[in-house]
Amino acid sequence: MSALLEVKGLQVHYGGIQAVKGIDLDVHEGELVTLIGANGAGKTSTLNALSGLLKPAAGSITFAGQPLAGMPVHQLITAGLALVPEGRGVFPRLTVAENLAMGAYVRADQAEVRKDLDRMFGLFERLHERRDQKAGTLSGGEQQMLAIGRALMGRPRMLLLDEPSMGLAPLMVQKIIAVIRQVAAEGMTVLLVEQNARLALQAAQRAYVMEGGRISFSDTAHACLNDPRVRAAYLGE
Amino acid sequence: MDIFLQQVINGLVQGSIYALVALGYTMVYGIIELVNFAHGEVVMVGALVSLSVIERLAARGYSGWTVIVIGLLLAVPACIALGLGIERVAYRPLRKAPRLAPLISAIGVSIALQQLAALIWGRNYLHYPDILPKTQYAIGGAVISEVQVVILIAAAVLMAGLWILVQRTRLGRAMRASAQNPAVAGLMGVDVNRIIATTFAVGSGLAAVAGALVGAYYNVGNHTMGFLLGLKAFTAAVLGGIGSLGGAMLGGLLLGVIENLGAGYMGKLTDGAVGSNYSDVFAFLMLVLVLVLRPSGLLGERGIEKV
Ligand SMILES: Nc1ncnc2c1ncn2[C@@H]1O[C@H](COP(=O)(O)OP(=O)(O)OP(=O)(O)O)[C@@H](O)[C@H]1O
Ligand SMILES: [Mg+2]
Repeated sequence: MSALLEVKGLQVHYGGIQAVKGIDLDVHEGELVTLIGANGAGKTSTLNALSGLLKPAAGSITFAGQPLAGMPVHQLITAGLALVPEGRGVFPRLTVAENLAMGAYVRADQAEVRKDLDRMFGLFERLHERRDQKAGTLSGGEQQMLAIGRALMGRPRMLLLDEPSMGLAPLMVQKIIAVIRQVAAEGMTVLLVEQNARLALQAAQRAYVMEGGRISFSDTAHACLNDPRVRAAYLGE
Repeated sequence: MDIFLQQVINGLVQGSIYALVALGYTMVYGIIELVNFAHGEVVMVGALVSLSVIERLAARGYSGWTVIVIGLLLAVPACIALGLGIERVAYRPLRKAPRLAPLISAIGVSIALQQLAALIWGRNYLHYPDILPKTQYAIGGAVISEVQVVILIAAAVLMAGLWILVQRTRLGRAMRASAQNPAVAGLMGVDVNRIIATTFAVGSGLAAVAGALVGAYYNVGNHTMGFLLGLKAFTAAVLGGIGSLGGAMLGGLLLGVIENLGAGYMGKLTDGAVGSNYSDVFAFLMLVLVLVLRPSGLLGERGIEKV
């Protein structure tokens, strides 16, 4: 079976800086795969290239058998890919409800959109209580919930998450990870970029480890958790 | 006669025209952080296109508001096309350039449009034919003309319409989202380039109406008329808080009233030493004052509704 997302030889450059130096990566339908690595490893650059925010210097990206290269950013969601960007990227002066509505911007099935909105409010009760509040006034964790909910509102085939745990208190991190697990358990394909390796490995089925712009290691999440190199470098043991 | 009330009425009329123009500045600034210095010239083109239409119709014996409306039916699409063209040719290629580049480009477009208009309409002051009713209504010691009433109503309707568009529609939501975070709006499926173009189109349409109203109100048009009007409207936008829709409306009205009150009382206060022709100075002094005391403008930052 061919993968839902297939990346081959991906390179990302910023002027003279090579941030991603030719990586291969694939994610199958229904999988929760994590990409872990230290600061500056090139994780965000990889995701931004996948979502068209950055133009890759080389390599191919295939999603559902369709090449993504050269596709304008705004067609990504129609193709079935939703990115929850690093730092959440909520629209601060739009209300919670308006942010969620933006997630469904390209959808025409208004009745279904309304159902999904109720589902999101069920999934994230805090957002329900704050539906008419400006998103900029939410706490970091609430904003992360909103960003995830907003991405789900587009009914993507695959979710790309860039460090959803960033800057959150441990309890909130647990909550966010629980939501990601639940979404994945319901059948969503997920690529989770994380610095919090332990949590990511506990949630994911497979993992890629990124170092200095290259994939240094990849295996099942379980094997990674038990691998001495991963343990030493990423799990602080 | 109640001078105060009269100047307030005149000020609100003039101010609602400033506000219509200021909305164009503020919307474009809100979405791409560019001061579209060519915007005043779009107003000028709106005024002169409608003038051409009105002249021809008046020459055939038509008169009344229908003539103005027909003038608008041509001026609005002409200005929308012009605004879209300016965005596409002068600004979009410079979207990622240093901020100074589009600013210079804007000034270039502004000069080019003035010269082009001089070629088409000549360099003389053109006068509008006398086609509008001269009816006046008395209110509490002051008078308001039918033209003034129409301007106030037209501006109010347009501003309410714009408010609904921006706050209550899917397009408006996409405009606000694109202003706040264009990259993420793109991820949601918004074609941000199209939203930016739409913003220019809306602003230019309002500019066309403002131009036609200004022409009808003051009965005069010229290829340079966009300069001072544009500057005043930009001042109004900054006064209200650039990027804020409510700010542009408030700033416009306020500037109009201040100017007219200033003009009305200046001579009296200074015993004739300084006359009403100093009203521009008064307006810009007010701007300096607001910027010193509240750099983000009256409604800037807090409660901002950027588009
Ligand atoms: N816009 C940019 N211009 C120049 N260099 C950049 C830019 N963005 C990232 N880089 C560089 O590319 C490398 C990879 O950055 P990237 O943001 O992809 O890392 P990351 O793995 O997401 O790190 P983090 O965990 O801190 O988010 C870094 O060395 C970074 O300095
Ligand atoms: Mg990152």
